[in-house]
Amino acid sequence: MALKKSVQKYSGRINELKIGTGEKEITLGGENAMAFHSFDGEINAPKIGMEILDINPEGWTNSLKDLYKDVAEDTVEWAKAVEEKYNPDFICLRLQGADPNGANKTVEECSELAKKVADSISTPLVIAGTGNHEKDGKLFEKAAEILDGKNVLLMSAVEENYKSVGAAGALAYNHKVGAESSVDINLAKQLNILLNQLGVKYEDIVMNVGCAAVGYGFEYLASTYDRIRLAAFGQNDKTLQMPIITPVSFETWNVKESIAPESEMPDWGCQEDRGIMMEISTAASVLAAGADAVVLRHPKSVETIREFVNELM
Amino acid sequence: MALTGLDIFKLTPKKNCKDCGFPTCLAFAMKVATGAVEISKCPHMGQEALDKLAEATAPPMKTVKFGAGEAEYKLGGETVLYRHEKTFVNRNRYAVLISDSMSNEEIDSRLTNIEKVNYIRIGEEMHIEIAALKYTGNKDKYIELVNKVKAANLKVAYMLICEDAEVLKEAVELVKSENPIIYGANKENYEAMTEVAKENKLVLGLKADSLEELYEVTENVGKLGHKELILDAGSKSIKEAFENAVQIRRIALKDGDRTFGYPSVIFAGELANNNKYMETALASLFTIKYGSIIVLDDIEYAKALPLFALRQNIFTDPQRPMTVETKIYPINNPDENSPVLVTVDFALTYFIVSGEIERSKKPVWLVVPDAGGYSVLTAWAAGKFTGSSISNFIKESGIEEKTKSRKLLIPGKVAVLKGDIEDNLPEWEVVVAPNEAMHLPKFLKEM
Repeated sequence: MALKKSVQKYSGRINELKIGTGEKEITLGGENAMAFHSFDGEINAPKIGMEILDINPEGWTNSLKDLYKDVAEDTVEWAKAVEEKYNPDFICLRLQGADPNGANKTVEECSELAKKVADSISTPLVIAGTGNHEKDGKLFEKAAEILDGKNVLLMSAVEENYKSVGAAGALAYNHKVGAESSVDINLAKQLNILLNQLGVKYEDIVMNVGCAAVGYGFEYLASTYDRIRLAAFGQNDKTLQMPIITPVSFETWNVKESIAPESEMPDWGCQEDRGIMMEISTAASVLAAGADAVVLRHPKSVETIREFVNELM
Repeated sequence: MALTGLDIFKLTPKKNCKDCGFPTCLAFAMKVATGAVEISKCPHMGQEALDKLAEATAPPMKTVKFGAGEAEYKLGGETVLYRHEKTFVNRNRYAVLISDSMSNEEIDSRLTNIEKVNYIRIGEEMHIEIAALKYTGNKDKYIELVNKVKAANLKVAYMLICEDAEVLKEAVELVKSENPIIYGANKENYEAMTEVAKENKLVLGLKADSLEELYEVTENVGKLGHKELILDAGSKSIKEAFENAVQIRRIALKDGDRTFGYPSVIFAGELANNNKYMETALASLFTIKYGSIIVLDDIEYAKALPLFALRQNIFTDPQRPMTVETKIYPINNPDENSPVLVTVDFALTYFIVSGEIERSKKPVWLVVPDAGGYSVLTAWAAGKFTGSSISNFIKESGIEEKTKSRKLLIPGKVAVLKGDIEDNLPEWEVVVAPNEAMHLPKFLKEM
């Protein structure tokens, strides 16, 4: 008997959308096959973004702080340095300074800064908030207005604030909206439908269906991504055919493996390497599960994951 | 491939004797094909026909066993492509490669690393399970290597990587009782290699230059009567290895072609070309997508921590949450004045809560009663995390001897339990902690 390859064709396809403007504009989505299954259908290389903050990254591990010490005080310089040195597909500017439990900067101040960053780089921008839903609602509303014409992705609208983020972000200023739910196919679907009922086109939504570092509930993530993708492809479910973005770095640099100093865990060895490996392993796993974009923090992770993606394309 | 009613009919005596209780042999065969009736209901089946049927109804991917004693493992036996359909059953195993062309220092260093990386994570011992010993042409050095690894007395199984059947025979003699895997059968040497495998009843690893060729070699070895196999997904390129790993799994499970119904082996180190970061990325990919043995170049904690953790996640029952042991967990060196914080035994909750306490740097006794493996609210709703279950655990766990503090912090989400616990534990002051674990550091610092 001769070998017969197993081919899986689906009727559904992930929506294609663009972030940024000009030459560096990126396309997310467009595939009609599971992650890296180029033998089944079309795939589009997942995009790799790098995280920067609007404040000095005090909570970051020492090796990361060292890496950015010359630019960390000035977000614009930080963005420029990242663009020039590492050339990521996009930059994820996380406006942590707006956090009411932190610096509690005004939404105007943060948005102005985002605008300055956008003006000084040509790399597409993803804007992330504080995690405080109320403040983020106002923040994204303002940022959407001030970043008019930049075609950014506002990450993330959640059930509590999707109306203001959706209305300002996608409807009034034509940006893309990130729909954030927490590792559950039904919650993801529900938020997409809510945004759509508000008037946001499915084609303008990117899903952030949650992230977990490997070892920290990653099984839920893997199965949620699988089920979302199988529904989008196999059942042609329009309410789940959005590209997925996963903020890997938001999780992996907080777990014990990354933050325990070598003095506390001498057996574990170099702390920086542990953080990088956690980030790489999680990113590779998330991409294997179906993410169209990942946000990373360490240049070594970016370099490795870029090569990983290129090899698999 | 699954047999149809007509296939089975051909194997019956075709006498329509009705001894099986059905009017005709065809009617009986049709019922057997749907699984409604056992083939043994026909008293006239020949042994050959029964064997054929047994083979046809066997699971699509074979389970193979290797190693001995504490280092005995099973691979394969998987029935689904995605873990939400049904649990992945036999977790992949990580191997470290050592070859006879390495210097003594290098060999020693790898052996030391295998020994060094050994830790417990959620009740499971994490360590390298296989020493993959590669022959590169120097027989004496190879034999020496096998002996050396054996003498190191590691708790590992062996995989002898050697394409020269004569050398392999000698090496097998040294570790025969350890039931090693032998690897290296290809289209040229498969007859001799199969002989070594059959003689010693060992799992045999097959390799080829392409998926088509691998299929042929697998078929040929099958014809020689050996069915304890693992298949190399290939090392020519990362893209090809990934495609092959998926194809092998899919051809067997989805298309029901048992020729490829075997576990796979991935040489992640070789594919990564001496780049340990890339190796970690690839080992992660293949842990999720169908690698059964993943061969690494070396091991260190930085690599092991994510990989073993990922594997522990992926190979869990999707219908049952991971749990941690119900007991007292001292965090940040608590003493007799440290407060007590209670949470549930759902592993994810435990990790998040313990992580935040660690971050706070405040010494705390974290007590984890049996909450059925659910998250806080679910456990509370299911009646598994109640005022009395928490109070009883406080009384029985021995925490009252460990600390003089009588402050008991309960999760904010179950603030309603405060009164109940206070009634049961009159000496304790029950404090309602924040709803979200992320607010714990601030809360603990201000307490």
